Amino acid sequence: MTWLSIIIAGVLTYLTRMAMIALVSREMLGDKIKAVLEYVPSAVFPAIIFPAIFINDFGSFVEINDPKIFGAIVAVIVGYFSKNIIATILAGLLSYWFLIFIVFN
Amino acid sequence: MLTKKQLITKGILDISPHMLSVIPFGIICGAIGVELGFNPYLVYAMSFIIFGGASQIVFLQLISGGASSFVAVSSVGIINSRHLLYGAVLSEYLEKLSFIKRLLISYVVVDQSFSESNKFFKTNKTEQHLHYHLIGTGCTLWVCWQISTLSGIILGSFVPEELGLKFAIPLTFIAIVVQDLKKIDHVVVMITCGLSSLLFFDAPFKSYIIISPIIALFVASLLLRIKK
Repeated sequence: MTWLSIIIAGVLTYLTRMAMIALVSREMLGDKIKAVLEYVPSAVFPAIIFPAIFINDFGSFVEINDPKIFGAIVAVIVGYFSKNIIATILAGLLSYWFLIFIVFN
Repeated sequence: MLTKKQLITKGILDISPHMLSVIPFGIICGAIGVELGFNPYLVYAMSFIIFGGASQIVFLQLISGGASSFVAVSSVGIINSRHLLYGAVLSEYLEKLSFIKRLLISYVVVDQSFSESNKFFKTNKTEQHLHYHLIGTGCTLWVCWQISTLSGIILGSFVPEELGLKFAIPLTFIAIVVQDLKKIDHVVVMITCGLSSLLFFDAPFKSYIIISPIIALFVASLLLRIKK
């Protein structure tokens, strides 16, 4: 039963990837829609970022002094100025570790 | 004009930094599946069949928590429905490909391969074999995902949990959108999406992950109207 569910979930996921690429052509999207689609990264990724920072494993909001909030702020600042993905991720992780292992320990 | 080989190499280089978060997440994903008591073959098959990090963990957690298959499958479908938006953006660049090639390349469209290749496409519209960049980003991520989930399954969680490496996931996405903070309209769209995701976090089937982008895109269309 679980195997069947995984296969159905996989087919569904593939359909979400394939549908627009295989079935939509340029003429079908007007200029207005294309202009809105420019915003897709900005409109999608915060929905992954925000809950991962502000909501804990138990589904409730974190405290305002949560190390993840601090780590995220450091990552935003370093990322903004360095334009470097590795620097952004490492800055966020290191500042997070600094808080959980040294400051709050 | 870049050759196909150069485009693939560029794609591989562009996505490589993200492996810093993808690989630990893959290990965690594989290890969780085994810890929850699932058949290791089944846990690995998900990486191949579904190939979608967060949705794989949600699926396993729901099933092990006693949820019905219907709930688990629907949640995976809804979490991954954001790919419809990626496809709509990419369709413009891939429309010259044959139908079969479009079917094949769709399999490797994931968050990071979409965002890195989309950035490249936008600034290199005249290149002839653009899609090779997406092959480079997508296949790199696919290979790393297979190897990392497999090692998590075989070796267990050899990444210490105290390190909190799950936190690398939001960081990778911060790295993707951070340069758009320079544009005020993008900032408004991002904040709209982020706040909506917190507001609708408890909506059924994890639907906040598609509800908030829809709200944010609606706000984007309003902003475009004001700009004019």
